[in-house]
Amino acid sequence: MTLPLFFFYVFAAITVAAAFMVISARNPVHAVLFLILTFVNAAGLFMLAGAEFLALLLIVVYVGAVAVLFLFVVMMLDVDFAELKSGLLAYAPVGMLVGGILFLELLLVAGSFVIAPDVVGAGGLPIDATVDNTRALGQVLYTRYVFLFQGAAAVLLVAMIGAIVLTLRHRPGIKRQSTASQLARKPSETVRNVKVKSGQGL
Amino acid sequence: MDFFLSALDYLLGIPVLGWGTQIGFVYKALALLVGLLIFTAFILLGDRKVWAAVQMRRGPNVVGPFGLLQSFADLIKFAVKEAVIPAGADKVMFLLAPLITATLALAGWAVVPVDNGWAMANINIGILYLLGISSLGVYGVIIGGWASNSKYPFLGALRSAAQMVSYEVSIGLVIITVLLCVGSLNLNDIVIAQTEMGLAHSLGVPWLSFLNWFWLPLFPMFVVFYISALAETNRPPFDMVEGESELVAGFMTEYSSTPYLLFMLGEYISILLMCAMTTVLFLGGWASPIDLPPFTWIPGLIWFFIKVTLVFFMFAMAKAIVPRYRYDQLMRIGWKLFLPLSLIMVVIVAFVLQLTGWGWHGGVA
Repeated sequence: MTLPLFFFYVFAAITVAAAFMVISARNPVHAVLFLILTFVNAAGLFMLAGAEFLALLLIVVYVGAVAVLFLFVVMMLDVDFAELKSGLLAYAPVGMLVGGILFLELLLVAGSFVIAPDVVGAGGLPIDATVDNTRALGQVLYTRYVFLFQGAAAVLLVAMIGAIVLTLRHRPGIKRQSTASQLARKPSETVRNVKVKSGQGL
Repeated sequence: MDFFLSALDYLLGIPVLGWGTQIGFVYKALALLVGLLIFTAFILLGDRKVWAAVQMRRGPNVVGPFGLLQSFADLIKFAVKEAVIPAGADKVMFLLAPLITATLALAGWAVVPVDNGWAMANINIGILYLLGISSLGVYGVIIGGWASNSKYPFLGALRSAAQMVSYEVSIGLVIITVLLCVGSLNLNDIVIAQTEMGLAHSLGVPWLSFLNWFWLPLFPMFVVFYISALAETNRPPFDMVEGESELVAGFMTEYSSTPYLLFMLGEYISILLMCAMTTVLFLGGWASPIDLPPFTWIPGLIWFFIKVTLVFFMFAMAKAIVPRYRYDQLMRIGWKLFLPLSLIMVVIVAFVLQLTGWGWHGGVA
């Protein structure tokens, strides 16, 4: 057994175990934390496969940002576990039926999946071992797939604007801090020196 | 058997004595760890001394000469006191949180080149690794605040979640501007690029090497990075997470003894990590500021830590002289000021590099 193989088994075992714990943990916060553990170990698997750039993007984007917000939301929820568990048995048959149908469909798809012989190797790009990961990814992404890349970026931009439009409300009659007008103020306009006689006040 | 031998060689090899083929990883890691912890102890003292000096106090001056041993006295005190765990706390998570903070902070140092090629792991994507590690730092705070099962820690955790995620964005964009100039994500390459090109070279005075470093051409980004690093590590004036005037001690309210020590240690080590990142990205890493004999005799390791200390001094001064920000002002600066500014700078830098052909291009061009 080589060192990478050893680490593959470690990461793979923890990934599967943590993924199982995500659905079996009683506390939703624990479930999210197990999800994060799964992400981190999946990043480790990427790293072993030589996709170091993807591995760290997974950490930065999913673990560092998305999962934080996820955890943030789950922490704020006040979930009553007893109530949640009480409905479990009533819905179990329906759930099992849906799960069974999905499983059968997956089997059918996996069983009939063939790659047309003339497609094999046509879409792939040769891997150059001397070029490091990040550079290789950039060279493909900004040359061959530049329009798809731009298209994906545009979709993300639209989604972002959509999210803002859906949640943004302009409430009239609210006092807001205007930093520009605060900074534009001068002492001569707002402060005046007054000589006050003692015992008299203004 | 083969696996064990290679693992043993990698971890514990001593080539001088004929054991193994390489210096064992364990020794290097221990050297870095011990050195870093001692450095942190004195940095902590320095922080308190600077703070005291600004307020015209003396600061810690009882333990040892000039109070030099104060941090070690604190360490012993924290270690021997009883750890109190609140009754309603989630015990495992409560104890896990400080461990996460301390481990992540130390893990970041694995890729920092303290001298030419002197990094635990000289990986090709070092800067991305550092970004990832610093973005994970928020978990210690969130988990600690949640597991305490108490109001103030929870409020602190909620504040930190938004704050640290927001400032990561501008830190990421600042890093991109540096990477555009360098063309490599390797931290070693980033420092070498700063010695091999720059203003001093184009002015014909290559010995004035401090003019080569990126702080000069990317000065606005240097400032943005410095302020974002303050916010990312929850340093004052952005320490809303533990603002003692509002939240007692924020997410650390319920912590005592060793868990508290680990939080404190993790916090300071990640601050030093940010200082090291500033040094590598903008201040030329281990390179000496003037490339002439009396300065070049000093080893790069010393220069690196002198620079880290200088950046930390700026952090300490900010803590001492700037009043704490309000939370909405913090968010305004992050999203409405730094994000557009750094985004525009990315575009400008890319334009200038494309038009003038300047840049290191990963050392291959």
